[in-house]
Amino acid sequence: MSCNKLSEGAAAKFAELDTFIEGLKIDRDDERRRGYLIQVLHRAQYIFGYLPREVQIHVAQKLFLSEAQVSGVVSFYNYFTTKPKGKYNVNVCLGTACYVKGAEKVLAEIERILGVKADTNPTADGLFSISALRCVGACGLAPVMVVNGKVYGKMTPAKAAAVIKEIQDKEAAAK
Amino acid sequence: MNKITSREALEAAYNASKGELMLRITDKHDLNSKKKDILCCGGTGCHASNSQEMMENLRKYIKENGLENDVRVVQTGCFGFCAQGPIVKIMPDNVFYVQVQPEDAKEIVESHIVGKKLVERLLYVEPALKERIHDYAKMAFYAKQQRISLRNCGLINPERIEEYIANDGYKALAQCLFDMTPEKVVLEVLNSGICGRGGAGFPTGLKWKIAAGVKTDEKYIVCNADEGDPGAFMDRSIMEGDPNSIIEAMAIGAYAIGAQRGLVYIRAEYPLAVSRLQIAIDQARACGLLGKNIMGTNFSFDIEIKLGAGAFVCGEETALIHSMEGQRGEPTTKPPFPANIGGGYWGCSTNVNNVETYASIPMIIRNGASWYNKIGNWKPEWDENGNFKRTISGSAGTKVFALAGQINNVGLVEVPMGTTLREIIYDIGGGVSGGREFKAVQTGGPSGGCITKENLDTPIDYGNLAKIGSIMGSGGMIVLSDKDCMPAMAKFYLDFTRDESCGKCTPCRIGTRRMLEMMEKICDGNGTEQMLEDLESLAKTIQDTALCGLGQTAPNPILSTLRYFKDEYLAHVRDKKCPAGTCPKLYTLTITDGCIGCTKCKRNCPVGAITGELKQKHVIDTSKCIKCGACIDGCPKKAIVKG
Repeated sequence: MSCNKLSEGAAAKFAELDTFIEGLKIDRDDERRRGYLIQVLHRAQYIFGYLPREVQIHVAQKLFLSEAQVSGVVSFYNYFTTKPKGKYNVNVCLGTACYVKGAEKVLAEIERILGVKADTNPTADGLFSISALRCVGACGLAPVMVVNGKVYGKMTPAKAAAVIKEIQDKEAAAK
Repeated sequence: MNKITSREALEAAYNASKGELMLRITDKHDLNSKKKDILCCGGTGCHASNSQEMMENLRKYIKENGLENDVRVVQTGCFGFCAQGPIVKIMPDNVFYVQVQPEDAKEIVESHIVGKKLVERLLYVEPALKERIHDYAKMAFYAKQQRISLRNCGLINPERIEEYIANDGYKALAQCLFDMTPEKVVLEVLNSGICGRGGAGFPTGLKWKIAAGVKTDEKYIVCNADEGDPGAFMDRSIMEGDPNSIIEAMAIGAYAIGAQRGLVYIRAEYPLAVSRLQIAIDQARACGLLGKNIMGTNFSFDIEIKLGAGAFVCGEETALIHSMEGQRGEPTTKPPFPANIGGGYWGCSTNVNNVETYASIPMIIRNGASWYNKIGNWKPEWDENGNFKRTISGSAGTKVFALAGQINNVGLVEVPMGTTLREIIYDIGGGVSGGREFKAVQTGGPSGGCITKENLDTPIDYGNLAKIGSIMGSGGMIVLSDKDCMPAMAKFYLDFTRDESCGKCTPCRIGTRRMLEMMEKICDGNGTEQMLEDLESLAKTIQDTALCGLGQTAPNPILSTLRYFKDEYLAHVRDKKCPAGTCPKLYTLTITDGCIGCTKCKRNCPVGAITGELKQKHVIDTSKCIKCGACIDGCPKKAIVKG
């Protein structure tokens, strides 16, 4: 599955990543070249949407690091994901302020509607994926949900369902 | 802006820019002033509430009325009063509007700006006075605050270095470079009494003294902006609202300890803060306040941003350093400390301080240690030279707290150390939301503990919080009411630390998991009294044996709730009841005879668990019910009860 996704314009994406890496002028003999790794992975995830094994291997080669070193870093940090996201990634904040205000119920409702769990695979139509995140710092609007960068505040299970419905309707109309 | 190549050039830049803030820093409040600045909050919270669109509308109507030469719309940092956002403040009129929506822009321009008549409906209603007021200084939320590290938030445009300079920016750096030796700078910070605002509370001056004492050619100064405590957002607000204060303070610190390079380690989850900081760094570099030979001296210094990638443990300084080196963010034992050679970034001597600490430094330099150390309840012992020796009690300066949870005035507040919790929650915070009863405040996030009603009058400082089993932490304060279950809160935090444990040491990796399993059993009604004892003993073992701060403090929420809310635990394990009614496995929902058969609950139920005919009593099928509470929220007769 991930291979199919990756092949869509993959060459152009790798080229974009390479241009970025070349701009860093990494010296093979520099003991500190590893310091660029997280920065490069951020860019790679921005370009590809996620970090499948092919991308990790590519980054390892370009930075003259071992694949294990790259994979170790990718698996350590929550921000990096090895699974593709849906067209709409629904992030539900599970920070303390949101938790106290009922974020768990919002998340449960979204998981129920979409039939997928947070931080797993996207829905079968590839439209949605769900992520649980920790605190976007908009605690005044708790509980908070972020869909593709847009913040929705003071959520309830019903309001969250309405947001999902709105996106589904929009997508259906576009078809 | 021209390159600032000398102290005189900075003074000239100040003189050229100070007019920028003339309308904002003034006591002459004047509704009839032709020239006006409309300040709009551009923080993350208000951003999410359409403040951007509102600003565009304001600009549009100002243009339509031909006022664009006299009235400016300025995007500032966070005002702190997030519960009432988006916020708009008009100066020199001194009028504070709350919850302003894009469609309100027209009325603000036409009524207030053109017609000189306040838009009453957008003024804040002060609960104590029960009337609408326009002067923010009279609001209880602001009256008890003393804004030092938040001094520029809500005042200047964070994307223009001119406005920072106009409010005495970079004067502290000039003072250090031209009037003070590095030793003098360190002493000033030491004697100010400021302690690390990131949580641990180590005296900043002492940290600088140790770093300054290391003689080496390559030394780094780092800003820890990996604000991971969920529910704390002061660092984000400072970086979004006043990024230059961090740059200036880091330069001061670099001069004091002899570092050449600075690094800001910042969460990738804060895109707005990253972008504002980058803009500020670029501008500072462009006008020569970063780079080679700053202000014509032989002091050179530059800053680079390093992005985090979502790991709570990276707030720990050794883990943070490893992350900056492109490794897994795992901590190492100290010593060596980061300041030691071999302990820091690429093995070089490194000094790490928190965002809020840095934001206070320029004010300490400009006003002097003796000004700062009189704020708060600090009682130090001085040595024979009149320098700081040790703290007897209390803490110096101010602290920013992020109020969230069940409280009316969610937001950021900065108060002198020694302020009581009662003042923060009731006077500034406006009390518990929904008129509910106060139960506890959780401070210090997942590493902290709770403070109960009995301790509401304890003056808040590092020492006192430790005494009552909590910690200052980064300053997150989550207010909990009688409807919050304390074991469930402890479970929530534990789930967080278990998830964030880096896995390097066994007590933390396995211990947090075992504790979580026990907590899950307790909250599901499968716990035993023996389990409470096991939990306590395991918690103490982890405290004593974990490698870093994350593991050592992970049991705090459990120990603290066990200490103050043992009865709630016992209710869960003995009676299989959740007194707060939040643990889903320990209650069922039933419809009482109060039901009028309006069918609202039936329609609201997302899983179709409710049946019943119109005007007949409805019934919930408990096997289908997911306890989401949608029926309770919708019931007009409050006929659905937990039991």
